[in-house]
Amino acid sequence: MNQEQPETTENGAGEPAASSIVVCPDGPLIVRGEFEIVTPSGGPVPRDRKTVALCRCGASAIKPYCDGTHKMIKFRTERPAG
Amino acid sequence: MRIPETRGPVSSALFKVLVQAPASSAADLDALHAMVAGQLALAADIIGHEDIQLSLFSLYELHYSGLDGVADDWEWEPGLIRIRRMIEEPFEKALREAARKVGREHGVPATGAFTGSQLPGGNPTSDDVARILFDLAASDTGPSVSRYVARKASLEQLKEFLVHKSVYQLKEADPHTWAIPRLTGRAKAALVEIQADEYGGGRPERMHSALFARTMRGIGLDDSYGAYVDSVPAVSLASVNLMSLCGLNRRLRGAITGHLAIYEMTSSQPNRFYGNGFRRHGFDAGVTHYFDEHVEADAVHEQIAGRDLAGGLVEAEPELLGDVLFGATAVMAIDSRLSAHLLGSWESGKSSLRAAVPVAA
Ligand code: FES
Repeated sequence: MNQEQPETTENGAGEPAASSIVVCPDGPLIVRGEFEIVTPSGGPVPRDRKTVALCRCGASAIKPYCDGTHKMIKFRTERPAG
Repeated sequence: MRIPETRGPVSSALFKVLVQAPASSAADLDALHAMVAGQLALAADIIGHEDIQLSLFSLYELHYSGLDGVADDWEWEPGLIRIRRMIEEPFEKALREAARKVGREHGVPATGAFTGSQLPGGNPTSDDVARILFDLAASDTGPSVSRYVARKASLEQLKEFLVHKSVYQLKEADPHTWAIPRLTGRAKAALVEIQADEYGGGRPERMHSALFARTMRGIGLDDSYGAYVDSVPAVSLASVNLMSLCGLNRRLRGAITGHLAIYEMTSSQPNRFYGNGFRRHGFDAGVTHYFDEHVEADAVHEQIAGRDLAGGLVEAEPELLGDVLFGATAVMAIDSRLSAHLLGSWESGKSSLRAAVPVAA
C-alpha cells in the first residue's frame, strides 16, 4: 500500500540523509530533519518547530523564517529542472 | 459541551431524542426522521439554515468530545447515522454548487485540462497541484476581514471575531486528523507532520487550541469548549460542518486535503493583520501569540499541505483531483459568505452574532 518516496535523499551508504532541504518554487526553503540554526557567532536562533521554512525572497518580517510575504511581492524562482 | 439552545423543529426533536437512552427512543427517533425529511424539503438555503446547521453540528459533536448528558452509545446508533446522512447529502450538494461557482469565478482549470509538467497519462504532479492551489489562494481578493480587524475593529468586534472562530479553533486541527488513517505514504507523512505542529509538538500548552484559549481568556471571554455555540449564526457552524463532513467521510479524503491546503495558504498574512488589530487595542503577546505563531507555522504548513499532502495524494490517486479542488473552493465559498456577514454587520454598526445572545465579557 505504501507509495514510493522518490524525493528521499540518500547518502553514499544508501541511508536517508539526516536532513533535507526542499527548494519550494517561488517560495521558501523547507528544512526538515536534524539541524541547528545559529547566528554568525554560533548562538542559537530561536526555533519553535521541528520543520521550518527559511525565507529566500528577503522580504519576510520574521527572518530567517518565511512569513508568506513572498506571495505578496510575487517572488519568482527558476523552476528546478525535472 | 452542553446541549445547545434549539433553533427550530429539527434541533428540538433531535435534542429530545438525544437525552434519552438509545434503546428507549424508537418512537421519538421515527418522529425526528419524519421531521428532518419534511424540513429538508422546505429548506431553500441549507448552508444558511439555522436549525439544520445546528442539528448537523450537534450530530458531528458526538464524534468529537460529545454533548453533556448524551449517552456515548448514540455516536454509532444506526437511526441517528441515517439522519446525519439525510442532512449531509443536500448539504454536500449545496457545497458543491457553491464551490463550482467559486471555481468558475477564479478560473480553476477543469479536471483533466492541465498544462505544464505532467506525469504519464496527463496527470498533474504534486508541484502542479501546489501551483494550482497557490494560484487559487492568490486569486481570493474578496472582502477582507483581516484588514478590517487590523485597522478598524472595535474591542467589541474583536470579541465577536474570536467568538465566531472559537467554535472551530478550540478544537483546531481535529477534523483533518480524521483523514490520517485514510491516507498512505507521502500524503500521510505530510498530514502527520502538520498535525504534530498543530498539536504543539508534544507540548500541550503549545497546542494551537490551547493558544487560542489563552487569547480568549486574555480578552475576557469564556474559553470553555462550545461556550459560544449559541451565539454564532448558521454560516459559522456550516464552516465547521464542512470540515467534519470531509473529515468523517473517507470518500471525501481528497476534499479534506484541499480544504487544509487552502486554509493554510490563506492564513499567514491574515494572521499578521489579526495580531495587529489586537495590538492596536493595547493587547500584548499573551493575547496575540496565537496569531503570531500562525504567521510562522502556516508559512511552513502551506508548502507541505499544497505539495506533499494534496499533491502527494493526487499523484497516488489522480482521480481525487476533482475532490481536492472541491475542498479548496468550498472553504473559499463558505469563508467569503462568512466574511460578507461579518463586514456587512460591522459596517452597518450591528452585531454579527445572533440577536439576543450577548457575549458575556
Ligand atoms: S520566502 Fe516566504 S517570505 Fe521570503
